[in-house]
Amino acid sequence: MSGMSKIVKTMSAVVFPFIMIFGLYVIAHGHLTPGGGFQGGAVVASACVMILVAYGSVWTMKKIKEKHLSIFESLGAIGFISLAFFGLVFGSAFFYNFMANTQGFLGIFGDTVIPASTAADINTAGLLPLMNFALGLKVIAGLFAIVLVMAYATNKSKGGDKK
Amino acid sequence: MNNRDTYAIIFFAIVAVAFIFTAFNAPSFGLMDADDQPIDRPMDDKIIESAQEEVGANNAVTSVVFDYRGFDTLGEATVLFAAVAGVIILFRRLKK
Repeated sequence: MSGMSKIVKTMSAVVFPFIMIFGLYVIAHGHLTPGGGFQGGAVVASACVMILVAYGSVWTMKKIKEKHLSIFESLGAIGFISLAFFGLVFGSAFFYNFMANTQGFLGIFGDTVIPASTAADINTAGLLPLMNFALGLKVIAGLFAIVLVMAYATNKSKGGDKK
Repeated sequence: MNNRDTYAIIFFAIVAVAFIFTAFNAPSFGLMDADDQPIDRPMDDKIIESAQEEVGANNAVTSVVFDYRGFDTLGEATVLFAAVAGVIILFRRLKK
């Protein structure tokens, strides 16, 4: 599978950054708007799969190996777990949101929300945005690794061309 | 049928009975009281009233998923991790 025609390659390369930006926006605004780590990660991973389909699995495998994707996925998982354990260390329980409403903990994500307001202040919610980032990294790398490995392996087993 | 199968079937039966018992004892969906108001659900009211103050997030769904029910999200992440590990292990041989 050496990829599709030049038209498909060009168009997917044009659309790719917009889908990436939308997916990263969904991840970063997980505590304000509908969505979160899982949903935004699925969007970004589908953008990468679009590139994989358009350019072929051999070309994509040259750019990024599934070993690196595994490392990214493990980093996301370790980040998520350690954020949960930080709740045990700095707070009172596993998954305790010790950074919410503190104003002062490193100055990030610590603002309070006026009850019943809908103002979108991104500097709120304590651990939630960080957990969204970790889970988004995990979902991006995980979903893309699944599709990449399957496409590459089936291409090889059918004796696809080397280009 | 060997011993292992017997144990598996017994364990399966116990778990199935537990699930069915729980399902019949769960509160019904959408029940109304005499005044046509939804019957009291303490967890719903608690989360809707205090999610913004306690978690500080405007998205109540995310505050439930990542804060109140963090273990559920941890389980989802574990499922995804197991799926990725399984696929990579399965297709490693085909790559060679």
